[in-house]
Amino acid sequence: MTRGIIAWGGYLPRLRLERSAIAATHAWMAPSLKGLAKGRRAYCSWDEDAVTMAVEAARACLGDRDRRSLTKLQLASTTVPFADLQSSAIVAAALRLNHQIQAMDIGGSHRAGLATLSAALRDSAGETLVIASERLGARPASTQEMQYGAGAAAFLLGEKNIAAELIGSASATSLLVDHFRAAGVAHDYFWEERWVRDEGYSKIGGAAVKRALADAGVAGPKVTHFVFPAPIRGVSEAVAKVAGIAPTAVASALDADGGFTGAAHSLLMLANVLDCAAPNDVIVAVGFGQGSDVIVLRATEAIVTARPARTIADGQAHGVSVSAYGQMASFYGEIDLEWGMRAERDTKTALTEQYRSADQVIGFVAGQCGSCGQIQFPQLTYCVSCHASASGFAQVPLAEQNSKVLTYTADSLMYYPAPPLYIGFVQFDNGARLLMEFVDVTADTFDVGKRLRMRFRIKEKDVTRGYIRYFWKAAPVD
Amino acid sequence: MATGIKDKVAIIGMGCSRFGERWDLGTDGLLAEAFDEALTDAGIGRKQIDAAWTGSCFDRINVGNSAIPAATSLRLDGIPVSRMENMCATGTEALRGAAYAVAAGAVDIALAIGSEKLKDTGYGGLPVQTKGTFNDLWLAMGSAPAGFAQLAAGYRSRHNISKEDLKRAIAHVSWKSHQNGVKSPKAHLRKAVPMDTILNAPMIAEPLGLFDCCGVSDGAAAAIVTTPEIARALGKKDLVTIKAVQLSISSGIESTTNQWDGSYVRNTRNAAAKAYKEAGITEPREQLSLIEVHDCFSITELVTMEDLYLSKEGRAVNDVLDGFYDAEGQVPCQIDGGLKCFGHPVGASGLRMIYEVYNQLLGRAGERQLPDVNMGLTHNLGGVPYLGIAAIAILGRMN
Repeated sequence: MTRGIIAWGGYLPRLRLERSAIAATHAWMAPSLKGLAKGRRAYCSWDEDAVTMAVEAARACLGDRDRRSLTKLQLASTTVPFADLQSSAIVAAALRLNHQIQAMDIGGSHRAGLATLSAALRDSAGETLVIASERLGARPASTQEMQYGAGAAAFLLGEKNIAAELIGSASATSLLVDHFRAAGVAHDYFWEERWVRDEGYSKIGGAAVKRALADAGVAGPKVTHFVFPAPIRGVSEAVAKVAGIAPTAVASALDADGGFTGAAHSLLMLANVLDCAAPNDVIVAVGFGQGSDVIVLRATEAIVTARPARTIADGQAHGVSVSAYGQMASFYGEIDLEWGMRAERDTKTALTEQYRSADQVIGFVAGQCGSCGQIQFPQLTYCVSCHASASGFAQVPLAEQNSKVLTYTADSLMYYPAPPLYIGFVQFDNGARLLMEFVDVTADTFDVGKRLRMRFRIKEKDVTRGYIRYFWKAAPVD
Repeated sequence: MATGIKDKVAIIGMGCSRFGERWDLGTDGLLAEAFDEALTDAGIGRKQIDAAWTGSCFDRINVGNSAIPAATSLRLDGIPVSRMENMCATGTEALRGAAYAVAAGAVDIALAIGSEKLKDTGYGGLPVQTKGTFNDLWLAMGSAPAGFAQLAAGYRSRHNISKEDLKRAIAHVSWKSHQNGVKSPKAHLRKAVPMDTILNAPMIAEPLGLFDCCGVSDGAAAAIVTTPEIARALGKKDLVTIKAVQLSISSGIESTTNQWDGSYVRNTRNAAAKAYKEAGITEPREQLSLIEVHDCFSITELVTMEDLYLSKEGRAVNDVLDGFYDAEGQVPCQIDGGLKCFGHPVGASGLRMIYEVYNQLLGRAGERQLPDVNMGLTHNLGGVPYLGIAAIAILGRMN
């Protein structure tokens, strides 16, 4: 039975730090960083992480499809916030998937994204959502700080309406440690780039690509798109040469305005390729990390209509330049700023309460009163308008609903990691309303009446206990 | 069939501590300062108080919950003492408890006392809330200024007023209160402030700047209430009576449905209509001699003028800029400086407003005394415009 990709989508954070700002900050002790100082690198806002980006990529992929037919959810990342709390379960709740799905978190190396996609294509059945998401940290003044970005990509797999079918694959596993990061540590330790390129990418990666092409029965020159992720320049071209693939087939590394995204990068680059692919294109995608996983895909006639409403290029185009190095450093915990006494808050979560309300709160589901029709969030015991019992409520998801700003202010007093806090009432077209945080705001164009869309974000961090709670926020529609 | 509170309760004594940064006293001392003055004014002793209602809002930085701290401070031994709390409307809530007990004939003389010791927080502003009233799993948590600043966005959108015009009107509100504060000996802030300073002050929650927000103060205020009969028996001649006490609390309409447009405070309108009915007021603009409203933020005071049916819809900006609510205006607002200048020790504020109206009715307001005072209204808000409490009291002379 043929299996392939039905749909895909990606997410890139809006914030882009000018690489020149990074280089300038460290120029006094690392003047060589200037050589990498072109373009911008994406970074997560204080309220984004691998979980939130995974949700956004999945939303872009799924669109307004019926989600009830999904049977599996797999989330690949080396930077999910918990060592023991299934992030894919948080994602499943945010996406309102059914409670019977199989959910899995996969990690361990930058290869995890492609390895997960490969396994899900080869060895699985049923509608599967594969997401890879990464928020890599880097030590200040390291090369990685210049090279790394953040992002996520999601793929819906199945047997029907395939837009790109799997025609070949290969795997290799080899204890070549190009870099490593111990559990609980924030930064990677890299060995010499020249060795990694020669012994790692070229030999191990190149060999795996050749075996995958043989498995697919496709010759190197016939490959239309070659996805080989690496933070180092020139690697994809070198491996293409080893495998006999034309240099023109080498896919964009998304580094001019983005950056390397670890376990998510193969999938992000692949999504970008699929956004522009034509029927019958042959696509090779590779993941690398203690070996390699390779898949060979062929685009079908359905590739054009399967494109997501918002492409990777769209996401790239909506980046906002930031030149304050301190902001990224603060958001990523590299510097510990004085936020004052107002930041002293105990944000303990009652896990009982969180569980009882998870479907409603994480899923962002309002109730429509069966008696008077009022759509309301939150759903308490009685209807807010006519006081009828909530047992008669129909469930109305709000995450994809249209809304606008009713009231707002920019709060400079409240402790907020990215001041000022934009807060106000979101009025949904369907009559629901609630007070929300606004994010991704451009101050001069924000006002009453602005159209909004919902974003899944971190609501609160409990730094004392290491817990995170998530909720939805409202962002202006560009 | 209920007949309301009008003329069933007389205030026979009141006290108010000096409001401000009272580094010299804790809650215990502040309560005593207000209590002593009230007892002296009433001409009674502590043992004649049959029951007490005490109000304080923040139990994590000073007083603590239950009535035990206040009963201990005031040595109210063996009598019913209840702690009331309804956020910033706590003061009026304390009065209401004491008044109802007296009106019901359950007790002869009751005490209402409110206090707050905000300057033990460690920084300017209200103490930060952790898990509190509002569900922080999903509700956006902003500061108190942010809760009220949204009224500006709603008001200007509804009435098509420019940001600049609204900014000037709310600045006038603060300017006027500062002018009044100069004549208010117990007030926290007693300096006049020029309009330019107000207009150009640093932003707190857009469009509210530093001078659009009341500061935080320490203080206490108290009232001793009884029936008019007992008041006369105690030798009181000029009786100040409660004409109305009404509250309205949000049930979710403003924050969960599209029935509210963000430009006014629904609870104030509800409570005002009920209070005017209870007091027998049909023309508030003509019948009210003075008003003390909840000017936690200048924009709040502005919209309150319409919410109290004193200014017509969309006309508050004009009335404010015309000086209608200034000291020489037709309905002086915040003659004692208001929350802005007198201060806002949360649990005490509702009672401080009553204190000014009481003294004005008795001709004891010194430099601030207004002519021909017959009826005064106090307005006390708790929470935020869309999830809150409005408490209105009206005082006058016994008919």
